[in-house]
Amino acid sequence: MTRRATGAALIFLLAVAASYRVQAQVGYDRLLNAATDARNWLTYSGGYLSQRYSGLTQITPANAKDLELKWMYQAAVAGGWQTTPLVVDGVMYLTQRPNDVVALDAKTGRVFWMYRYQLDPTQIVCCGSNNRGLAILGDTLYMGTLDAHLVAIDTRSGRPVWNTRVADNKAGYSVTLAPLVVKDEVIVGVGGGEFGIRGFVAAYDARSGNEVWRFYTIPGPNEPGFDSWQACPPDAKAYCDSDAWKHGGGSVWVTGSYDPALNLTYWGIGNAGPDWNADQRPGDNLYTDSVVALDADTGRLKWHYQFTPHDRYDYDSVQVPVLADITWRGAPLKAMVWANRNGNFYVLDRETGRFLVGKPFVKVNWMDTFDERGRPHQTVQPAGQPTWPGNQGGTNWYSPSYSPHTGLFYVSAWENYATIFGGTPVQYQEGRNFGGGQNRPYVPVPGAPSLPGLRRGPINNWTEAAATGAVLALDAATGDLKWRYAMTDVTDSGILTTASDVLFTGGREGYFHALDARTGSLLWKANLGAQIVSGPMTYEVDGRQYVTAISGLSLCVFGLRQ
Amino acid sequence: MKTRYLLICLGLALAGARSVAAQTPVAALPTDYTAADIAYGARLYDAQCTTCHGANGDAVGGVNLRSGTFRNAITDQDLARVIANGIQGTGMQGFKFDAAELAGIIAYIRSMNAFDREAVRLGDADRGRALFNAKGECTRCHRVGARGSRVAPDLSDIGAMRSAGSLLRSLTNPSSQMLPINRPVRAVRRDGTIVNGRRLNEDTYTVQLIDDQERLVSLTKSDLREYTILTASPMPSFKDRFDPDEIADVVAYLLSLKGR
Repeated sequence: MTRRATGAALIFLLAVAASYRVQAQVGYDRLLNAATDARNWLTYSGGYLSQRYSGLTQITPANAKDLELKWMYQAAVAGGWQTTPLVVDGVMYLTQRPNDVVALDAKTGRVFWMYRYQLDPTQIVCCGSNNRGLAILGDTLYMGTLDAHLVAIDTRSGRPVWNTRVADNKAGYSVTLAPLVVKDEVIVGVGGGEFGIRGFVAAYDARSGNEVWRFYTIPGPNEPGFDSWQACPPDAKAYCDSDAWKHGGGSVWVTGSYDPALNLTYWGIGNAGPDWNADQRPGDNLYTDSVVALDADTGRLKWHYQFTPHDRYDYDSVQVPVLADITWRGAPLKAMVWANRNGNFYVLDRETGRFLVGKPFVKVNWMDTFDERGRPHQTVQPAGQPTWPGNQGGTNWYSPSYSPHTGLFYVSAWENYATIFGGTPVQYQEGRNFGGGQNRPYVPVPGAPSLPGLRRGPINNWTEAAATGAVLALDAATGDLKWRYAMTDVTDSGILTTASDVLFTGGREGYFHALDARTGSLLWKANLGAQIVSGPMTYEVDGRQYVTAISGLSLCVFGLRQ
Repeated sequence: MKTRYLLICLGLALAGARSVAAQTPVAALPTDYTAADIAYGARLYDAQCTTCHGANGDAVGGVNLRSGTFRNAITDQDLARVIANGIQGTGMQGFKFDAAELAGIIAYIRSMNAFDREAVRLGDADRGRALFNAKGECTRCHRVGARGSRVAPDLSDIGAMRSAGSLLRSLTNPSSQMLPINRPVRAVRRDGTIVNGRRLNEDTYTVQLIDDQERLVSLTKSDLREYTILTASPMPSFKDRFDPDEIADVVAYLLSLKGR
């Protein structure tokens, strides 16, 4: 080989190596700027502040009527498809049931590769084979599994890189959320709140999969908060358990947020165990139904706020913690805005956890007032009487959106929805349901069809008499209602907003909507035919903006007519 | 007239021997399951199953435990398999019930529809059929099998859907038992034409109904000048039209309608 040929070969190899690095690298700096990297969608909620807001502006209120289907991808496995895809430089990565990962061309929907994680066939999960998505760092994707593992997968080959056991699935632990990457850590939480787990949030080294830190959402003896798990009184009812903390629940099944300036990562914590028979666990039961702010390097608790002390309604606080820099009483505030499953909208100071605003966004009768520190005064309803909101909540895990452009917070709400709650003793047994509930839906006629908790078919025979749905636009600083888009059935779709003031959302009826984010007026809709239970996201390839909606088994991708 | 009394009440079923019942049990009650199994199963069902299936057994789309509508089971053995193993890819997990628990759960699921909290007097189903078709003129609105109008709900399987108490109340106070989906609607199109009918399905933008001419009609709400959902049932009360014996006969007939 001549010297010239050798030089040319070397240049070629360097060029290949350089393009290799550039093409797939999603360094931490890109994650830090994910919210402003509008062409891509790099985290579950579109950025560390979890606003599910995009800077893309090609689709506007004026041209949304020209949206059309660009491509579809059909999953092979039936069931609620709750994932949010990631898009990196034209490649889409998404999960599908039960724990598959698919890489496809974000412009055409054609598949590059598919990875099928081999699940333990005896997996124990409460509510179906749900997975909500992936995280990415460098050339690696991260996925939690139904049998409570965390798997690292190569972005190009679709092959596993490492596999770490997070917890024991035989005791009901699972990982259904999309992990959150912070610096060189992959942070996950565990599901299993219906099986008497002791929940935790844990960080793993992104390269090795080794655990870096773990924060138990149920404090143990000698830890702060342990006194919120009180001993049983002498006249305790059957099954009162002075060691209730050991099976106290506190699952974490929706992705948290991160404030790089404060180096705090925020996580919403699920219900206490047993879900409904609160008599078995005297005390406030920290940190169930709370938000916790953790030091991202150590997992140490910086502050917490408990939305529903001593919960008897299964009011998981697993909503996405939305971080927003707002003006509050004339001054700038690093806020956390939160529409909770318990029916209240909250504004917290995210530096300190201080309670600033608490206000119902749907009918609420489990409490009536807050004290100055934000503790609710609870008004337990008499036996047999309905409690608002009902068991599935005023909202639930559905991603809300905050638009810095409008200053509004948008949430999917279940309105006029109640449950007649009742607790019943339940003894903990590993891997068995630890709900302790004797609940009845509140319906106008005994025996009338009640609202499906999770899945619905094509016919609504419970009607507006059981509940209705709405997208609510709330002033992020006050919780005041700015507009309301009503739906006949409830909605468990997430919400996306864009810098051009377009709001995208779905609903149980199968419609995918574009609304004007300023006014709530309908700009466009498409009937996709099946329940939409995930959050829309948007991205750009070759100068074209796309927006996604998952309906039934179909991932539908829309763009403007050309 | 020979009458039989049925006390359909879990508490009394538990008490068992107290059977005022004394008199012949009615065929509508499942007889293959013991009261003890049913009661045991009811307790387990409340603790383990209501989270997803709801107290009425109808909270999962396409599944109605109360009426025996399952997606993956026909026999008790099927039910046992589904309960023990779950259904992969759905919210139905496998449950670690022992044999007695499994027997109880199945007994309760198969009996859910027979429970009611009040005593209902059941008459003669054959006489009830005659009253239903003739004196009551029920087929002017309702349909059973291939006979009768489709304007009001089809009653071919009403005995699998409703308890005896609910059927009795439907006859004496129809509005109190009318399911919300069956509420009559009145729609006025922009051109002034009026559509009266019974809802079959509804969403935010449309409503599907069967009109008073038995036609399937789908309306787009934005095309309507007026859309009203009424809460009063168009069905008359039979409290005074039938005497108590006749009502007992008709309830017995309706309970016998299982649809298959």
